[in-house]
Amino acid sequence: MNDVQIWTYVLVALTFSLYIGIAIWSRAGSTKEFYVAGGGVSPLANAMATAADWMSAASFISMAGIISFAGYDGSVYLMGWTGGYVLLALLLAPYLRKFGKFTVPDFIGDRYYSNSARMVAVFCALLVSFTYVAGQMRGVGVVFSRFLEVDINTGVIIGMVIVLFYAVLGGMKGITYTQVAQYCVLIFAFMVPAIFISIQMTGNPIPQLGMGGTVNDGSGMYLLEKLNGLSTELGFSEYTSGSKSLVDVFAITLALMVGTAGLPHVIVRFFTVKKVKDARKSAGMALLLIAVLYTTAPAVAVFARTNMIETVSNKEYDTMPDWFKNWEGTGLLAFDDKNKDGKIQYVADVSKNELTVDPDIMVLANPEIANLPAWVIALVAAGSLAAALSTAAGLLLVISASVSHDLVKKIFVPNISEKGELWAARGAATVGVVIAGYFGINPPGFVAAVVALAFGLAAASFFPAIVLGIFYKKMNKEGAVSGMVVGILLMLFYMLKFKFGIFDGGKEAVSGLQEYWWFGISPEGFGSIAMVVNFIVALVVNKFTPEPPLEVQEIVENIRIPSGAGDASSH
Amino acid sequence: MSEKQKKASAYWKENVRYLFILLAIWFGVSYGAGIMFKDALNTISLGGFKLGFWFAQQGSIYVFVILIFVYVRLMNKLDKKYGYDE
Repeated sequence: MNDVQIWTYVLVALTFSLYIGIAIWSRAGSTKEFYVAGGGVSPLANAMATAADWMSAASFISMAGIISFAGYDGSVYLMGWTGGYVLLALLLAPYLRKFGKFTVPDFIGDRYYSNSARMVAVFCALLVSFTYVAGQMRGVGVVFSRFLEVDINTGVIIGMVIVLFYAVLGGMKGITYTQVAQYCVLIFAFMVPAIFISIQMTGNPIPQLGMGGTVNDGSGMYLLEKLNGLSTELGFSEYTSGSKSLVDVFAITLALMVGTAGLPHVIVRFFTVKKVKDARKSAGMALLLIAVLYTTAPAVAVFARTNMIETVSNKEYDTMPDWFKNWEGTGLLAFDDKNKDGKIQYVADVSKNELTVDPDIMVLANPEIANLPAWVIALVAAGSLAAALSTAAGLLLVISASVSHDLVKKIFVPNISEKGELWAARGAATVGVVIAGYFGINPPGFVAAVVALAFGLAAASFFPAIVLGIFYKKMNKEGAVSGMVVGILLMLFYMLKFKFGIFDGGKEAVSGLQEYWWFGISPEGFGSIAMVVNFIVALVVNKFTPEPPLEVQEIVENIRIPSGAGDASSH
Repeated sequence: MSEKQKKASAYWKENVRYLFILLAIWFGVSYGAGIMFKDALNTISLGGFKLGFWFAQQGSIYVFVILIFVYVRLMNKLDKKYGYDE
């Protein structure tokens, strides 16, 4: 066993026992504690939990890597996944907190006085959450297999057991306090290597400034200028310019922002604070905590990209450092010496390029590429696990609450006892973990594609229904339900057609369909169109159907006033 | 309309006005400076950054954070003005 592995075992064991300890200390005794942590979480604790909930394996592991290959085009993730919080804080969180229920389908079902609306919302919540959670389990497996050299499947199972333990036992209460710890672990693990590398490359300890600083080699050249030069030399487009069309960048950013605001596992966090005032403040603090990682990620992307090109481009394959061989072993890095000169040609031209790099390894391998000490490398492993586990737990809670609260209690067995509901919630969480683990071990080839779909679906379904429910008193159930249904179906159709190619002969046909994209918008960005369609359908149908009952209109007037929020409750 | 309802709708009107102003800024820094006008802004440099690129990958995020805190302040004041704070 080498140094890195010893450190990894130590750090992972330490953090895992911390999470388990917290879970035992804060286990849930009532459904209210299980669903909304008793409703008494402080704004800061809630903000940290929200941030950990939100920053998944995708944010921690994949995002900086994707940006480092996409350059400017990667901005869609940065703006999309932070700008959504502005919508959340201004348009949703305070009012939903005032409404004071346990889940998002709860709001939809009560505001639109209809169990079919509730069913549609439950269906969307489950679909969004399951697709998302499978990706998290996969992330756990990858980290275990690379750093601890256990089998990927064993890694997934270890992750399942841990999440099962504290999500099932602790519910929202257990999750909230473990997420607070996980935020600290993951942000520390992300910042330490970033600061090290920033000092190494630019002499500036603040990565956000180092990114725009000069290279530390005495040439006085700006880092970004140097990277633009390296990129164009190898035939890639300029790092700071990107290659996606303007309309597509616009559409993807909008879909991600609106999708973020509509994701049930994020919204539900704002049900856990005491007052409306706290919900607003908590949203602001959550974004501040998230922004620490999101403004560092593009800097990491620039450092990693520059470092990688300088380390591998036109160098002898035999002189490559250890990390290169290690990652080749995982299949995420591959070298194919096409012209048999023993050197690595890394260029944009596919027929001449000899190196394929999976974006996921950029963050994980970055500390190794930069020759950082073993404990920093191990820290990254512990941080990625924290990111993946915290998000998985939050999603499992949405799954279990949707089943036990919205389906079992509100629709099928209305007179279920408090204890019975709690057990139903635990049972649903267990089944959820098992299904998620199954998909983590046998990932359907389209996991990544489906995660993008999750945002599109949330944008196309929940966001318009919730916003209209708050801001348009006269919005009725016919309008809201038909808007959600049309929005989701349109989004599904577009994804199936242009992402999976099922109407045109399968996956192979997908790249050929690009020129037929509607308005030149990719499936990732189409959620914004489906959202607009949802709004239009909802408003038009609303015009021709009866007004909502007076008592519903009074509820809407009531949620607009912040005072007297009271506790979240099930009736 | 009762006195209570009048107060509630006046409060709501001011709230919605704040939302329009804040969301206009939200739109301006991201979709405006970061996307639609980034090529024009890229001709200006901010240290080693081209300005449009900086807005897309850094500036817009800073502004988002500030916007929410400004909103929190404005709403807390508004709640006090109408006696809705607790």
